Amino acid sequence: MNTVDRKKYLFSKGIDSYLEGVHKGYQFTIRFFKQAFTLPFHWREIVNQCFEIGLKSLSLITLTGFIVGVVFTKQSRPSLESFGAVSWLPSLMGIAIVRALGPLVTALICAGKVGSSISAELGSMKVTEQIDAMEVSAINPFKYLVVTRVIATTISIPILALYCSFIALIGSYYNVHILEATSLEIFYKNAFSNISFLDIFTSLTKSIVYGFTIGIIGCYKGYFATQGTRGVGKATNQAVILAIFLIFFEEVVIVQIANWIRYF
Amino acid sequence: MQDSINKKESVITINGLCKSFGELEVLKGIDLTIYRGENVAVLGKSGSGKSVLIKIIAGLLKPDKGKVTVLGKQIDKLNGKELDNLRLHIGFSFQSSALYDSMSVYQNLAFPLTMNVKNLTRKEVDNAVEEALEAVGLEDKIHELPADLSGGQRKRLGIARTLILKPEIMLYDEPTSGLDPITCTEINTLMIEVQERYKTSSLIITHDLTCAKNTCDRIAMLIDGTFLKIGVFDEVLNTNEEQIKKFFAYNFIQ
Repeated sequence: MNTVDRKKYLFSKGIDSYLEGVHKGYQFTIRFFKQAFTLPFHWREIVNQCFEIGLKSLSLITLTGFIVGVVFTKQSRPSLESFGAVSWLPSLMGIAIVRALGPLVTALICAGKVGSSISAELGSMKVTEQIDAMEVSAINPFKYLVVTRVIATTISIPILALYCSFIALIGSYYNVHILEATSLEIFYKNAFSNISFLDIFTSLTKSIVYGFTIGIIGCYKGYFATQGTRGVGKATNQAVILAIFLIFFEEVVIVQIANWIRYF
Repeated sequence: MQDSINKKESVITINGLCKSFGELEVLKGIDLTIYRGENVAVLGKSGSGKSVLIKIIAGLLKPDKGKVTVLGKQIDKLNGKELDNLRLHIGFSFQSSALYDSMSVYQNLAFPLTMNVKNLTRKEVDNAVEEALEAVGLEDKIHELPADLSGGQRKRLGIARTLILKPEIMLYDEPTSGLDPITCTEINTLMIEVQERYKTSSLIITHDLTCAKNTCDRIAMLIDGTFLKIGVFDEVLNTNEEQIKKFFAYNFIQ
């Protein structure tokens, strides 16, 4: 095979494997929806996973949310000052945090923390035959491991996003308060003055979609991990990258849809 | 062992089983029958398709051709629910033990039980776990994590986990691999005890001659995807088949 033929061969092989991956991912998602609505429901495991995903991410979300609030306020102040519009700072922060920063920052943190841990856990279970062991014990591993985790991320991440937005606003208030001695009541009144129901609804919808994406990608990559511990590392890495990529893609799509709704 | 075999009732029947992975033909039309109360060892070198065979019997892999019947049911014709019902009667001991490493010894045993048998009281679960642990001699390890157990103890726990559902058939995948000779003997004794206590029929995948000789009624020599010889240990040992002679000679030297 000459160099040109080899390049063509590798290119077509790459496209084949990409399309195969997309098809497998689609089947995996369909399988999730089929099994999520059939008995039995593993409620205890869902609650357990919500605790693992939600409560254990709380400290990281608190710290990051607060810093995002402080830093974004600090960065925005000079621009507003040049227009003599510092009084708009709470309002700007409210819109920025509720519409975009809260859900996005939470999703990115969870893609790294939760997505990677789900993928690594399922990947190591796969390569050490623990998933096969469940199957031969007449336990449906997909339902027990995948469905529970995806439901848990879809529930927990929107709650974390709301919490993150709240903490980021406190961070923002802290920065505003130091320089202008504004009261918390006035800050929150201004911050929410330009936020509509659509903003909250869009923000929540985004978080639900991000939560589902993080869960399903983490589970998909882990569930099909191969080649021992190296494969687990690779699956974890791919889970984080793919989840982050999809989160940004979904952000663009949802914002676009929300804007259409806003103008009609 | 021979006395308890019921030659009229087969528990596993394999007819013309073929399995390939891409270009590689792993199983080339094999036939085997295991009777109730019988222990059969499948001997063969690494990569000869032993583990593929046991995974097809457990329904983890699908055959390309041929028929595998377990307890009267053809494995590849069963739907998910029917397969799960059948699996309740099959115990599978993995080569790597495949223990749930995030769970304690107690939880490893209670998990398959509570997931499959509804409305059990805590006391009933405790009793079942204690009985299974007692059968494998691990009563004192009940609160430990699998990571804290030795290789032999992990194998024992893997066997106990299968016993908790009181299976009729035991499938052992390399039960003595990676163990020292003393622990191997203990595992061999345990497999015989399990058969006597739980009245199981067993298929033991191994390349360990001592294990095959001491625990099994018959031996099936799997070489290059086909059974070259099936019979009692001495029959197989004294065969004129060149590849079998080589296998035995190499293992005896080892």
